[in-house]
Amino acid sequence: MTVDNETVRRIARLARIAVKDEELPPLAGELNAILGWVEQLNEVDIAQVAPMTSAVQTTLKQRDDAVTAGHIPDDILKNAPETELGFFVVPKVVE
Amino acid sequence: MSDLIELDLAAARDGLRAKEFSAVELTEAYLAEMARGEALNCFITQVPERAVEMARASDGRLADGTAGMLEGIPLGIKDLFCTKDVLTTAASHILDGFTPAYESTVSANLWGAGAVLLGKLNLDEFAMGSSNETSYYGGVVNPWRRKDDDAPLVPGGSSGGSAAAVAARLCLAATGTDTGGSIRQPGALTGTVGMKPTYGRCSRWGIVAFASSLDQAGPMTRSVRDAAILLQAMAGHDTMDSTSVDRPVPDYSAALTGDIRGLRVGIPAEYRVDGMPPEIEKLWQAGQQWLRDGGAELIDINLPHTKYALPAYYIVAPAEASSNLARYDGVKYGLRMPGKDLIEMYENTRAEGFGAEVKRRILIGTYVLSAGYYDAYYLRAQRVRTLIAEDFRAAYDKVDVILTPTTPGPAFAIGARTDDPISMYLNDVFTVPANLAGLPGISVPAGLSESGLPLGLQLIGRAFDEETLFRAAGVLEQAAGFAARPQTWWKD
Repeated sequence: MTVDNETVRRIARLARIAVKDEELPPLAGELNAILGWVEQLNEVDIAQVAPMTSAVQTTLKQRDDAVTAGHIPDDILKNAPETELGFFVVPKVVE
Repeated sequence: MSDLIELDLAAARDGLRAKEFSAVELTEAYLAEMARGEALNCFITQVPERAVEMARASDGRLADGTAGMLEGIPLGIKDLFCTKDVLTTAASHILDGFTPAYESTVSANLWGAGAVLLGKLNLDEFAMGSSNETSYYGGVVNPWRRKDDDAPLVPGGSSGGSAAAVAARLCLAATGTDTGGSIRQPGALTGTVGMKPTYGRCSRWGIVAFASSLDQAGPMTRSVRDAAILLQAMAGHDTMDSTSVDRPVPDYSAALTGDIRGLRVGIPAEYRVDGMPPEIEKLWQAGQQWLRDGGAELIDINLPHTKYALPAYYIVAPAEASSNLARYDGVKYGLRMPGKDLIEMYENTRAEGFGAEVKRRILIGTYVLSAGYYDAYYLRAQRVRTLIAEDFRAAYDKVDVILTPTTPGPAFAIGARTDDPISMYLNDVFTVPANLAGLPGISVPAGLSESGLPLGLQLIGRAFDEETLFRAAGVLEQAAGFAARPQTWWKD
């Protein structure tokens, strides 16, 4: 599998990272080098192997379904680049 | 009082309790070292006034008999741990100005035990790197230099600021995080002890996330005993992190008995990699002899899937990172770059805010998780990961602990490997398997390279058997007798 410039453009769009046209070829080269290197995983017979879902055997605990925090709008907004009337402000989304 | 900085954590703690000096005196000694250590670029943020305030409070508690286990101990905190009201950057431009309204559980545990915050330590951006060169705040310089050579060297990464600050005695000890070797590799490259506990031993809550199934916090110290003391305070169950494990934290210092008679130590054939420098092989042999002299039994073992650990890691870690780093969108905190609509604002913010290595990993992660590739890459890597964990499980039927080199070589020159991501990734060849399997590992300084640079040996233990790990590491440390120190050129 080889990544071409169009693929880089597509995944950069998915990742919401602006990429200039001139950045596409070097990025494609780097990604291909890494993807080529990880190809060696194809040598491994994994037919009977389950994917790892948890690094350490453990049972997830359940907690009470209760509200334990809240009422801290100032804390939540204090690092935002732009706020108004207790809301985050973003560029207009709906026409 | 510059001799105060010669005391390790255990000795400083005893001196404070015996009132031989005050916590303020100890903190001020370190603040002076921190100020003289600017050339090393270890700290992103220094908080001297707050440090003195905390030390004064410690003196109060030492006086009235309410001292905690780390009372008055001045620490550096990797700038990946959120600290309430103190700038937290993850060494990334995208977190510009972020001052958390909350404290990470691990750092809160440390302050609860009486420790003093000196400042926030430099790292690779979002902990992605093995040389500390990807930091937005510039690279950290290793206090060590090759003999007869002034060329600046990397301290390793990603906890490079932590390792360099401990090695240069700019702080008494530090926290690090380890996703693929980020505590143990810089520990080895700076002649310090770096310990990654079992996944789940320390809470990840409030630590800026890189790869959630691999990340784990741990201590970076001057000695094995100091690491045991610091981990004791860091570890513990936390309801805020569902992957933190609800088990009692043993007395790690008590595990340092010096007695390893009958301990079964595994020597994995697969860690003898092609092109390994003879000095690394020699050090590994020496480590085996030291443990044998202590009464341990050495057993040859096989970890057949070792060579697949690194490629599996470079799928799993970027995949998780691409998901975790989706939160940096220019809305909730940090940098925002304008755009004509919401999507363009996101894209411009992330293009400007992330550095090259972080973007590379997000793109790889996005690709391997994208439709049509998920099975071929991510799922396959997670299956290989199961095989790697099974290798270790089988080995631990025969042995109690595994001995390996920590790194394939000593510290390298700044800039030497930045053009080739894969050669950089190969630094972590010996450390990544423990992360994939969730196992604890420790790097102990064990000798000097021919060029006069520190080298480390790694011990990997069973899950939640940090005690055996500390016990064996203590014997290794004692036998190695590593006493070399870097020249203090940064003070000139």
